[in-house]
Amino acid sequence: MLQGLTMLLICQFAGEILARGLFLPVPGPVLGMLLLLTGLAIRGRQGKTAPGVKQAAEGLLSHLGLLFVPAGVGVITEIDVLAGNWIAVAAALLGSTIAGLLVTGVVMQRLAKPEM
Amino acid sequence: MHHLFHLWVYLETSPLLGLTATLAVYTVAVGLARRLRFHPLANPVLVAIALLALLLAAGRVPYSVYFQGAQYVHFLLGPATVALAVPMYANLRRIHAAARAILPAILAGSLASAMSAILIARLLGAPRLVVLSLAPKSVTTPIAMGIAEQIGGQPSLAAVFVLLTGLLASILALPLLRRVGVRDWRALGLAAGTAGHGLATAQLLLQSETAGAFGGLAIGLNGVITALIVPPLAAWLSPF
Repeated sequence: MLQGLTMLLICQFAGEILARGLFLPVPGPVLGMLLLLTGLAIRGRQGKTAPGVKQAAEGLLSHLGLLFVPAGVGVITEIDVLAGNWIAVAAALLGSTIAGLLVTGVVMQRLAKPEM
Repeated sequence: MHHLFHLWVYLETSPLLGLTATLAVYTVAVGLARRLRFHPLANPVLVAIALLALLLAAGRVPYSVYFQGAQYVHFLLGPATVALAVPMYANLRRIHAAARAILPAILAGSLASAMSAILIARLLGAPRLVVLSLAPKSVTTPIAMGIAEQIGGQPSLAAVFVLLTGLLASILALPLLRRVGVRDWRALGLAAGTAGHGLATAQLLLQSETAGAFGGLAIGLNGVITALIVPPLAAWLSPF
């Protein structure tokens, strides 16, 4: 568990350094995710697994919702802006979420071959 | 009374209050959701945020004091994003097999989300700051806050929009997509991850591991794609 958590942090750390050092427009944690994926694939080819990383990742991901709470409570600092523009904000959020869901889902279902 | 005042002064300067409140309220909200059989409107994230906001308002605790403690939970969004590599790796073969469908689907969904958000908000007269903070709202919080800052929006506003988008997507994803005939869990997961990031993906993960893996992939890829397309898109569509 501790090993796994350390590995996740090292990947994020490396991702942040790469992103900032090379002025990439991609956020550090996303690069970190790609680094970890590469690492897991290399280990996999050698027939090795990473049980610690798996355990730490599953632990974090099973409470993913919790991690959004602190930023969400920040809604109280933006009440004035939201109250002043609530119709535009509500319509934009609802419309764009529906558009995003429909377009992605329909394109994927049309293009993906059924699995055997 | 004097004693209580000292206790309060201690709590206001210690991270203990915000951290304990976040975990305790979330635990209560999860219990409530379980009791209501995971009804979409009893979403534990939504309930926890509403309860915490009410508590802060009732106790007149400023958000900055709350965040002193809550930041430790917030920080874990970074490692959790990295952790998405694990379900992705577990499904690498299936993702590879569907790669030719995945990329166009996420690209189209990403463009549809960002463009419709910008255009609808502009059409209804939202100010520039609000429009630019809405543009990156379908990606995960740390990425969206970074993009918002880069294009001249407001990161804290973007975080709120990200959250509301995730809640909407977790409520709408299954009923909406099933109505138009999308039943493939790969497509459902990909749509949830692209339009509603981790929040909608977590909701589908309860029902299907496949949806979770494709959702995780979509969160990562959409994060990269959105970081690349939203800055030029925002410059093009919001020239006021």
